Amino acid sequence: MITPLFFYLFAIMTVLSGLMVIISRNPVHSVLFLILSFFNSAGLFVLLGAEFLAMLLVVVYVGAVAVLFLFVVMMLDINIDEMRQGFKQHLPLGLIVGLVLIVELMLVFNHDVSHANILATQVTETRSNTAMIGDVLYTEYLLNFQIAGLILLVAMIGAIALTMRHREGVKRQSISLQNSRRRDETIAVVSVESHVAPNVLKDSRAANKKLQ
Amino acid sequence: MAEISLIHYLMVAAILFTLGAVGIFLNRKNVITILMCIELMLLAVNINMAAFSSFHGHITGQIFAMFILTVAAAEAAIGLAILVVYFRNRGSIAVEDINMMKG
Repeated sequence: MITPLFFYLFAIMTVLSGLMVIISRNPVHSVLFLILSFFNSAGLFVLLGAEFLAMLLVVVYVGAVAVLFLFVVMMLDINIDEMRQGFKQHLPLGLIVGLVLIVELMLVFNHDVSHANILATQVTETRSNTAMIGDVLYTEYLLNFQIAGLILLVAMIGAIALTMRHREGVKRQSISLQNSRRRDETIAVVSVESHVAPNVLKDSRAANKKLQ
Repeated sequence: MAEISLIHYLMVAAILFTLGAVGIFLNRKNVITILMCIELMLLAVNINMAAFSSFHGHITGQIFAMFILTVAAAEAAIGLAILVVYFRNRGSIAVEDINMMKG
């Protein structure tokens, strides 16, 4: 059987790269290990028969979120050594909390194992995974789907509004300002006294007459 | 190697979730790593959702995993935007400096 082999490969790689995310010194390496972790979990999803979710994970997480992290890490000038202070200091507390958490979760699984195996029935798919998701997503969960879109819109507007800044001294077109201009505010009619023609002009006219 | 059951997937997810929680404790000075640890925890939850969905033969788990993915993406975008603005204003993103609101 090849499936258990792939499961163990993906699972071990996911956990190891997750470990490297939290212990690597350089934040850039952390982001790269996060990407590796996402790829391996996408493999796990494929093994589970959730192909659409796996592709979504690669596109959304690796293509967007992880690259966003990478950009921010590289954009900000971070002192790595300063960031690492307190790592050793917090290590015992973190390990204790992690140990308690993992033991609790494993106890839950031990208790639930017989129950879960009874329920375990592999999906017999007549339609593809993507079609099945589409069947349910656009009918039963339409409202949730719309709300998810709204959340993304709010997040997009929020991120733009947060990071946009108005710089001083930059000439920029303001269309509302242009449209709200009136003729009265812009053009001033000034009565100017007309001047007497200068002497030079008179002389040239006299010269012209002489020639004629 | 025995047949892969639901428990195997749940264990992977549990280990990943614990790693995320421990990472928040270990990297208390680094906001970016904390955000990455939150992403790890959300990924673990997604694995749980997909595993239950697959083994119970019900597609709803995958639908909700999609929603979790949406929220995670929005959260990462907003968090990083806040981080960029904070760095621009203060020149540092050290967690112990973030005490303007005296919370």
